[in-house]
Amino acid sequence: MSSTPSRARNCLVTGLGPIAAVVAALFVGGLLIAITGSDPWEAYRALFDRAFNGRRAIGETGIYAAPLILGGLAFSVAFRAGMFNVGVEGQLMIGGFAAGLVAALDLGLPAFVHIPLGLLAALVAGGIYGFIPGFLRATRGAHEVITTIMLNYLCFRLLNYLIQKSSGWLPVATQSNGTERAQPEARLPIVFDGTRLHFGFVIAIIAAIVLWYVFARTTLGYKIRTVGLSSGAAAYGGISWKKTIIIAMLLSGAVAGLAGAGEAMGLHGRMYGTPTGYGFTAIAVGLVGRNHPIAIIFSGLLFGALSAGAPGMQSAGVSKEIVSVLQGLIILAVAAFEVAGRIPGIRKFVAPPPSAVGPDRSSDDDSDPDTNTTRPSVAI
Amino acid sequence: MSDFFTLDLLKAVLRMATPLLFAALGGLVCERAGIINIALEGMMLAGAFFAVAGTQWTGSPWIGLLIGLVASCSLALIHAIWCITFRGNQIVAGTAVNLIGGGLTAFLIQRIWARAGTSDSVEKLPNIAGGINILLPLAFLLVPTIWFVLFRTKQGLHIQAAGEHPQAAESVGINVTRYRYAAVLTSGLLAGLGGAFLTIGDLGRFTMDMTQGRGFIALAAVIFGGWSPVGAMIATLLFGSSQAVQIQAQATPNFPISSDLLLALPYVLTLIAITGIVRSRSGPAGLGTHATAH
Repeated sequence: MSSTPSRARNCLVTGLGPIAAVVAALFVGGLLIAITGSDPWEAYRALFDRAFNGRRAIGETGIYAAPLILGGLAFSVAFRAGMFNVGVEGQLMIGGFAAGLVAALDLGLPAFVHIPLGLLAALVAGGIYGFIPGFLRATRGAHEVITTIMLNYLCFRLLNYLIQKSSGWLPVATQSNGTERAQPEARLPIVFDGTRLHFGFVIAIIAAIVLWYVFARTTLGYKIRTVGLSSGAAAYGGISWKKTIIIAMLLSGAVAGLAGAGEAMGLHGRMYGTPTGYGFTAIAVGLVGRNHPIAIIFSGLLFGALSAGAPGMQSAGVSKEIVSVLQGLIILAVAAFEVAGRIPGIRKFVAPPPSAVGPDRSSDDDSDPDTNTTRPSVAI
Repeated sequence: MSDFFTLDLLKAVLRMATPLLFAALGGLVCERAGIINIALEGMMLAGAFFAVAGTQWTGSPWIGLLIGLVASCSLALIHAIWCITFRGNQIVAGTAVNLIGGGLTAFLIQRIWARAGTSDSVEKLPNIAGGINILLPLAFLLVPTIWFVLFRTKQGLHIQAAGEHPQAAESVGINVTRYRYAAVLTSGLLAGLGGAFLTIGDLGRFTMDMTQGRGFIALAAVIFGGWSPVGAMIATLLFGSSQAVQIQAQATPNFPISSDLLLALPYVLTLIAITGIVRSRSGPAGLGTHATAH
């Protein structure tokens, strides 16, 4: 794991694909803006200004980046185990709701106890919500893509229901469609004076470093990566596919829950019942970061800047929803560059990802004889 | 309760089921050919939006419908190129198509109507008797049609072969790539019809994110219905009922069941179905895989 020159070069080359993909997506998005009669330069400059020009702007970028980094990490933990967690949004909301409830309770505790308690609630609630699809996949063969989509929508309805019906015995505020305002001791402190940037951003960075350590140095990380690369080889080496994917999904959900805690205890001071949308952008964050925890910090910042800067484009006559289109285009471009990476002549310029993880593995080895021996049949 | 279950409620059930049924039939054909389509949501939005925009531009809801379908099929084509030709991950491609469909329509509302969130009202497609839009019976007529095509024609069996075992299908000379393209484009067409029903068949205008997860409920209906057209129809009627009852319940004082719980029903039922408690059969074996040739 030493940083030899060749390793540094590898890093650079691996990073070029996503960067080229972002440039390509911005170009196509620019064409779209031009076709619809606005000036793409002006729009992008307004976006950049709003995201980076000044202390407050940078703070706003960080505010968006925090849940996106955590969401991207959550997605990547599952992805590394070969699981496609589309349920980051639901796990984030459930985790945030739990943190919001705990934070709103007047426990008379000092901040250094109340804050960890809220974070713990988010970890547990998000973890449970991630455990469910992992467990259903391992034991019933229910495909995690379908179960997590269903659990997302179920969570939206469930939270709405809880907020509407449980005022009185839960600290929820029906009129603001969320949890009650957090106690001052449970609020995450501001880390960057003169902005709204809260400690959730620091939590995101810490989580990335911890996960980097888990994947690079621990047995658990090794098991998750092995299962993701080849469930057959993992079984041969004595690693239980079932146990590992359940743990990976639990961990994934817990990290997603932390993202919700940042919203509930940091930014808003309460968790709202309306979907945040971060969970879906998180998929793009994970993919652009090639599911590497440290790279995800940077891709999270990129997507955070896009989200924070989007309202700025309004001044150039471009509505902020164009950012969703850009996100979609970035995902397509990353995928396209990975295809290019499979063509031998281009491979040396656009290196393939370090591991062909995720359900995508079926693309190259769908006749893999060991898949069927270790995995139960899948219903999608 | 007797005046709760009226003819109006039945009509509401059919109205709610129709967009789901169109999209579910599209998802069904796509999955039968081995391509996972979580992009139904984005395709529906594109169909819904461009049907309104096209009607506004041309003054004819029929030409508007056509423009809507071209838009939804364009998104389907992107999905197909990335999934089939590029052999990319089908969930990744679907996620991207959904983001593009949702973002583009919301972005264009402001470009075209110079305000956020909603379009102008446009002329709708004609109703047949009793306030039932002409697209509604079409959805239900498609059920036997798609059943017939899938199970009684050579092309239908080839589509299924492409979904069950693409390599085997290739080895006997079936052009898996072509059948899969056809299936994904069909799903774009059907999802577009479902979206267009919401706008020029029902509401008369487009509002931002108006599909509200219907593309995913349709996908759930495919699974709940056991990948069969009749099963999908029953599932969409069931899911449509929960929406229709919910709407009527909101107008009924002291209705005993929470509308959130009614709306959660499709997801709970699908979770139960997919975990095998009531499942009788599973999906195509080759779902999500690629053909090996070339």
